[in-house]
Amino acid sequence: MASVESDIFEIIAEKAAVERDKIVSTASLQELEIESLDVVEIIFAIEEKFDIHVPFNANDQELEFDTVGDVVKAVKNLIAESGAA
Amino acid sequence: MNRVVITGLGVISAAGHNAADFWEKVSNGRPSIGEITTIPTDTLTVKIGAEVAGFEPQEYFDKRQLGMLDRFSQFGLVAAREAVSDSGISFEGEAGERAAAIIGSGVGGQTTLDDSYWAIYAEKKSRVHPFTVPRLMINAATSHITMEHGIKGPAYSIASACSSANHAMGQAFLMVRSGMVDAAVTGGAEATITVGTMKGWEALRVMANDTCRPFSKGRTGMVLGEGSAVFVFETLDKAKARGAHIYAEVVGHGLSSDAMDITLPDVGGAARAIAGALKDGGLNPEEVTYVNAHGTGTAANDVTETRALKQVFGDHAGALAISSTKSMVGHALGGAGALELAAVVLGMRDGVVPPTANYVEPDPDCDLDYVPNDAREMQIDAAISNSFAFGGLNAVMALKRFS
Repeated sequence: MASVESDIFEIIAEKAAVERDKIVSTASLQELEIESLDVVEIIFAIEEKFDIHVPFNANDQELEFDTVGDVVKAVKNLIAESGAA
Repeated sequence: MNRVVITGLGVISAAGHNAADFWEKVSNGRPSIGEITTIPTDTLTVKIGAEVAGFEPQEYFDKRQLGMLDRFSQFGLVAAREAVSDSGISFEGEAGERAAAIIGSGVGGQTTLDDSYWAIYAEKKSRVHPFTVPRLMINAATSHITMEHGIKGPAYSIASACSSANHAMGQAFLMVRSGMVDAAVTGGAEATITVGTMKGWEALRVMANDTCRPFSKGRTGMVLGEGSAVFVFETLDKAKARGAHIYAEVVGHGLSSDAMDITLPDVGGAARAIAGALKDGGLNPEEVTYVNAHGTGTAANDVTETRALKQVFGDHAGALAISSTKSMVGHALGGAGALELAAVVLGMRDGVVPPTANYVEPDPDCDLDYVPNDAREMQIDAAISNSFAFGGLNAVMALKRFS
C-alpha cells in the first residue's frame, strides 16, 4: 500500500498547491495551509482515484483530518473495507 | 419618502401549504425535516430534506397552465395568490401599473433542468419538452405572478443564492419607499430537491445526515428545503386609505459584499449588512429584540453570524432572542429569506418568538440566546432577518411592529 500513500501525497500537492517535499505523514493540514475547501477537493480526488466513498462532513469536528497521515490511514481502511465487501 | 407596510402574506413550505399551517408548526417548534420522498434517493448519501410534501399542483392550476410551470414557479404562484388575497389589494387599472413584482430565486427551474438532462443523457431521447426554456428561466415565477395578478410595473427576479429573497424584498421595499411604485408583490421561491442538485450539495460536504441543529454543539450542517413565501408591500398611505390590515412595517434594508471567499462567510461583511439595516431603519441596536438568523447549521456560518451579531450589538447581543427557523423548514436557498420574514411578521403579530429546533447543547463558540427548542412569548417591537449567501453577498431586512 506504499503507492496509496504516494498517490495521496500527489493529490494533496496538486489540489492544494503545496510543494511535494513538504508533504509527510506527520505534517498537519493546518501547517500546510490547506483550507477546508481544499480538503473537500482532495477528498473528491481521492474518491475518484480509488473508487471509494469517504464519509467526510466538513461540519463534523470529530471526523476532522488533522494530519496527512490521518488521511492516508482513513483511505487505506476504506480501500480494505471495499476490497473485503 | 413613504412608510412601507406589509398587508398580505402567503407561504408554502415543508410546514404546509399556507401561512396558517406554516406558523402553526414553526411557532410550536415542530420540525418538518424528514426522509426525501419526491425523488429517488438510492444514489444519494444525504437522504433527508424539508420537502413540500403532499403538494398536488393540479389542485391549484389547470392542465394547460401547469405545462408552463416548474415546481418553483408553482410554489411562487401559490404563495402570491395567498398573499394578494390576504391583502385584499386590487391591481385593476392604474394600480397594476403602479405595482412591482420582485421575486428572488437562487437557481430557478431545477426540476425542469434535471428532468430534461435525464431525458437526453440517460434515456437518450432526442428532444425535450417544448416549454423547457420558459419553465426553467429564473424569472419564470415572477412573470407568472405578474400575469396572474395584472402587475404591470417593474418586475424581475433576483439571484444571489441564499440571499435572493432578501435582496428581492429589499428592492421592493426601496421601490415602494421611494414612491416609484405604490405596492409590490415580493418574496422568494425555490425548488431544488432534485438528484442533480442534491449531488452537488453532497459534494460540498456541508449537508447534515441527521437533522439541522443551528448554533448547537453537534451540528453537522444544513438540510435542503424548498418552498416560497410572498408578501404584499404597500405604502402606509395607500394601505390606510383602503382600510387594509397591516401586519408590520418594513423599516430598513442593509446590504454588503464580503469580497473575500466564494463559500466561507466573513464576520465583517455580515456585520456591515446588519449595521446597514439598522441605520437605514433608524433603529438603535437596543431597540431590536428578535433576530431571525441565517443560521444554516454549518460550522462556519453559525460561528461567523454569532461574531457579527456581537460586533454590531455589543453588550446588547446577549439580550437578543435569536433563532433559526431553518431548523424546522430547512434551507430553501433563494426562498429562505422570505420564509424567514414570514416567521418574523407572524411572530410580531402574535408576540411569539419561534425557537431554534433540534438544539442539543451549547457550543462555546455560539454563546448567545438562540431560543432553544421552545417558543417564547415575547412582544417583538423591532426585528431583523439575516441572509448571508455563498459568494459573500449579504442582505438584511429590518422590521417594526406596527401600532
